[in-house]
Amino acid sequence: MDAFLTSRIVSDILGGLTNGVIYALVALSLVLIWRSTRILNFAQGAMAMLAAYVGFAVLAPSTNYWVSMAVAIVAGVALGALTERTVVRLLYGKPEINPVVAMVGFLLVLESVAAAIWSTTSRSLPTPFSIIDWQLAGRPVAMSPFALYEVVTAVVVMVVVALVFQYTSVGLQLRAAALNPEVSRLLGVRVTRMLTLGWMLASGVGAVTAVLVASNYFTGLTPTTMDGVFAFGFIAAAVGGLDSPVGALVAGVLLGVVFQFVGDFINSNAIILVALGLLIVSLMVRPSGLFTRRTERRV
Amino acid sequence: MIGVSGLSVTYGAVQALRDVSFDAEPGKITAVLGANGAGKTTLLRTISGLVKPRAGVVTLEGKTLTGTHAEDIVRRGVGHVPEGRGVIGEFSVEENLRLGSLVTHHGRSARREALERQYTLFPVLGERRRQAAATLSGGERQMLAMARALVAQPRVLLLDEPSLGLAPLVTADLMHTISDLCAASGLTVILVEQNAKSALRIADHAVVLYVGRVVANDRADVVAGDERLRQYYLGLVE
Repeated sequence: MDAFLTSRIVSDILGGLTNGVIYALVALSLVLIWRSTRILNFAQGAMAMLAAYVGFAVLAPSTNYWVSMAVAIVAGVALGALTERTVVRLLYGKPEINPVVAMVGFLLVLESVAAAIWSTTSRSLPTPFSIIDWQLAGRPVAMSPFALYEVVTAVVVMVVVALVFQYTSVGLQLRAAALNPEVSRLLGVRVTRMLTLGWMLASGVGAVTAVLVASNYFTGLTPTTMDGVFAFGFIAAAVGGLDSPVGALVAGVLLGVVFQFVGDFINSNAIILVALGLLIVSLMVRPSGLFTRRTERRV
Repeated sequence: MIGVSGLSVTYGAVQALRDVSFDAEPGKITAVLGANGAGKTTLLRTISGLVKPRAGVVTLEGKTLTGTHAEDIVRRGVGHVPEGRGVIGEFSVEENLRLGSLVTHHGRSARREALERQYTLFPVLGERRRQAAATLSGGERQMLAMARALVAQPRVLLLDEPSLGLAPLVTADLMHTISDLCAASGLTVILVEQNAKSALRIADHAVVLYVGRVVANDRADVVAGDERLRQYYLGLVE
């Protein structure tokens, strides 16, 4: 393999990884909500976008990036709680189509509200690190300090979520409430509180994602910033398995890399086609997702 | 002591319990017997707060439980081992027990001790503590479900058909364990069973339900000796 092709492949992998962790984060918040409430949160990208606006537009542009990030996370968490308590609570136990329609409607409402308040003009967010690619032996390596920051942040978020779920009492109760609400109640778990908490956690993850996406120089922050990312994150969640956080993460990163290769070696217009093709094939071959464990049911 | 008085429960047009009253004494096993659909499970679900009664009250040591949420009734000291055991199959044995221990609000080390006590009481659970609960046998799952209720140190234990699906020898073992527990700790046990024979062997008191109504409420040996009850309501024909 010649040096040019090698560097092209390495670039695609690194670039794909950077995009992929974003899809993985979107997929992770979808999975968190699906597992606990069996609702596909189509408004998740819009909720995250709104949180990012609160962090970066409500505060003066002069504010520190990290303060704005923290405010966005708090706003995301609060919006998650508010949404669960008001909109989502009405949807529990309803026919499956109701949450779909309601959440798509909520998405449109949030995007319209954001457009009405902040207009649809793209706003550029400050970047905490340089977006200029590093050079190796005089050649750029498709990885900038900012891209590395994105990857590291995503990994930190995933690890924190995993630790909370696996090793804390709250995580144990969150999982129990999702798996068997009635038995959980008998053991003293406050299930309704856990559902709210699940939405808060997922929306917090969403807010971080939106800030990362919007601080990318090319996108900026608009009311529809998250639409494309959400679509790919959604496909990642469906391919990886809506019940499997690990599946969502792996599928997100893989999709990022695959899309990068498709864009580089075929045509960037083909990415959507490939994405939808992958979704259709995976739904036909393994509708429950590649990583969902089939649990044996014994009576 | 658990007091049930005038309890009526309806599901839509179906009346599951009609004016049910009885007392369950501390340190004693009260068996609730009857055929399928007699209202036994509904009775336990009403005591533990999963079902709201249309009329009547349940009291624990004189204080009303009715109207309290299920997640608070367990905090008052009522442990419910549901029908089908309700172990969380995706969780390990230890995670199931940890979940049960959270209501005690004890510190980490006290909860750890409570867990270890269960492993002493049910050694097989200790051997399998890292194993997923779904991989346990029926008898082991029943032990796990009981241990998970006991780890919260309840004063009352509601057991719904613990013998269901178990081999006769395993059932006999289980009944022994229940009986020992009750005698040793002063626990109030309400034991719902379709298997009247093995339940009556360990029970002090028996309540027989027939389509939601109490048809007998007496000492277990009296119920066991009543030919009419044995034949018509308990299906114990020699």
